[in-house]
Amino acid sequence: MKATDAEILSTYPNAGKESLIPILQEIQENTGFLSEESIVHVGKHLHVPTSRIYGVATFYNQFRFEPKGKYHIQVCRGTACHVLGSSSVLDFLEKELKIKAGQTSRDGLFSIEVVACIGACGLAPVICVNKTFHAKVTVDSLKHIIDEYRDAS
Amino acid sequence: MKLTITINNKPVKAEKGELLLDVLEREGIRVPTLCYMKDFLPSGACRMCVVENEQTGKLITACSYTVDHGMNIKSHSARVIEARKTIVELLLSNHPDDCLYCVRNGNCDLQDLAREHCITERRISGEKNRHHLDLSSASIVRDPAKCILCGRCVKVCSEVMEVSAIDFINRGSQTLIGPTFNKGLNTSSCINCGQCIMVCPTGALSEKNHFAEIRDALNDPAKTVVVQYAPAISVTLAEEFGMAAGTDVNGLMNAALRKIGFDRIFDTTFAADLTIMEESAELIERITQGEDLPLITSCCPGWIKYAEEFACDFLPNISSCKSPQQMLGAVLKSYYADISGIEPENLYVVAIMPCTAKKFEGQREEMTQKGISDIDAVLTTRELADFIRLFGISIDKLEAETADSPHGIRSSAGKLFGVSGGVMEAALRTAYFKLTNKEMKQFRIQQVRGCIGRKEAKIQIGDLQLGVAVVNGLANAKKLLDEIRNGRNDLHFIEVMACPGGCIGGGGQPLRKNSESIIKRMEALYQIDETETINVSHKNPEVLALYQNFLEKPLSRKSHKLLHTTYCQRDVLL
Ligand code: SF4
Ligand code: FES
Ligand code: FES
Repeated sequence: MKATDAEILSTYPNAGKESLIPILQEIQENTGFLSEESIVHVGKHLHVPTSRIYGVATFYNQFRFEPKGKYHIQVCRGTACHVLGSSSVLDFLEKELKIKAGQTSRDGLFSIEVVACIGACGLAPVICVNKTFHAKVTVDSLKHIIDEYRDAS
Repeated sequence: MKLTITINNKPVKAEKGELLLDVLEREGIRVPTLCYMKDFLPSGACRMCVVENEQTGKLITACSYTVDHGMNIKSHSARVIEARKTIVELLLSNHPDDCLYCVRNGNCDLQDLAREHCITERRISGEKNRHHLDLSSASIVRDPAKCILCGRCVKVCSEVMEVSAIDFINRGSQTLIGPTFNKGLNTSSCINCGQCIMVCPTGALSEKNHFAEIRDALNDPAKTVVVQYAPAISVTLAEEFGMAAGTDVNGLMNAALRKIGFDRIFDTTFAADLTIMEESAELIERITQGEDLPLITSCCPGWIKYAEEFACDFLPNISSCKSPQQMLGAVLKSYYADISGIEPENLYVVAIMPCTAKKFEGQREEMTQKGISDIDAVLTTRELADFIRLFGISIDKLEAETADSPHGIRSSAGKLFGVSGGVMEAALRTAYFKLTNKEMKQFRIQQVRGCIGRKEAKIQIGDLQLGVAVVNGLANAKKLLDEIRNGRNDLHFIEVMACPGGCIGGGGQPLRKNSESIIKRMEALYQIDETETINVSHKNPEVLALYQNFLEKPLSRKSHKLLHTTYCQRDVLL
């Protein structure tokens, strides 16, 4: 069972601003994203304005503010992948799924996250869908991959 | 410790630790700045203030470097000018370029910098900002597309007000400044004080304009359009027309308002006197009963919204008095409408305020009688000046005129409402009289005067020693409230104003003025108090007549119904 925000926050008694990022990470780990309620809870606990928390959270790519899709696509934008064209990979996915990185498609099927080097530079450009790696992707292979996930659901 | 540095080939003495920018200014050298604000920690965000240090060959920001041994500064070398010009060009590259349609046209730091740096063609073109206009607030319009990310509004909101309604969102080219979750300002903790507008160098922040409604009302033959103006307006308006700060143009303003076509002209200061009658009665009542002390003033709607969000534990302490703007509105739409045979729905009341929060206050649900708002529209000092210009009125060529009766006579005590400490001073004068049946020997209560953030005094009234405190800038209010939360109990009466210095430094006042102007406005109000003859609210003949003919006495049932209000906890994103 998922922990509640209150349970997570109770493990940070008397915490100050410096605990903000670890707390946000833990909540996201737990619920998959940062909801408005969670940000309000964290603000109350740390005595930090929600505007500041939202500002900090949106500064980092790692935080998302919508639940993940059924298929969560991580697009590597590390150096090796970049050199081999990961920016067009991201472009294609954003257009195809009609969402931006950090968002989830309306039907809840797909979400995109941009990550720095995912540690598989030999397979560049690489994407990872729900922990399955897809190596050396191209626009054509991506179409195929997406269609397969669509069919599977 | 003294040291000598070189500025533009000239040896210059400076104190170690002094800000380079201050030394340059003292030497008569103006270096442009955008993100820098005096008395705040520099952020070095905009780089506009770069100068060249030939000692190291580096460009450094004058706003965040202190002087050091051997510095050899060139403030306007070719390299410096080129760098500054490029910075402005980069700022313009994603800027919407709609100066002609912008509220800050002719009054914008970015425009000035572009002109100063002789930018006449576009060298760098970038993708334009495409952020949504935020019209959700009753007081403040946000246009993030025009924002240059200097961060001054964020600093004021968090450091002066401790509200932090807005902050930076995202990063890199996606960065913008906005409320939590980038929602509308009306969902945020914004208290509408407008201090962010006062520091915004561009048109990214401005007041919600009430021009069109007022023009329509003026052109509607069925409507009687009346106007009232706050105590701080008459000593500020002059600056909009190039006159010296602190010039009192009350009479000229009356004449201008008549020329614009307002049917009746009233003075909100009359209602400040009325407020004092009610609030001093409330103070005495609470002291006698020993309940809900300290009493805290209620005339600043910025403070009220803050309390409804951040200090609900103090809501019972806040005076139930409506603000003078609202009191006068309520009296006009009841008593005045009645004696002049006007249907309240055909009476249109405009208030001219130094304040953007008054726009929010005017549309509060509590401020209505039988579904009719006490106040129909609120203009800031700036908007009034625009109105006067729109109607082609040369204010300096007019003859002074007086306001209309009733509700046009005021005491000089009411006039002090415009400056931090003034409500306190006026209330103490009247409370003293009510408690001792004697006038204070010395009206001037020096301890609560001046523009500093917190003032305290012990006032002897008969056998009673009153502890009083005056704060302006809500960060100062928070500190005081925290002391009380922690057990401090020597205070009976507290005055809170959101804006630094009080309403003379309000968020609706002329833009791009310095703190010296605010001091001049303050001195002008004190001067009025020195020279005029009615120095106490309880001697205002029109206020006394209003009680006699209509309200009966302070805190009567009628007063309660019309002049008092309630507060509620607000559900906003804190
Ligand atoms: S101090 Fe005056 S100008 Fe500022 S928010 Fe309060 S009432 Fe308005
Ligand atoms: S750069 Fe993409 S896996 Fe290393
Ligand atoms: S004014 Fe110095 S960096 Fe902005």
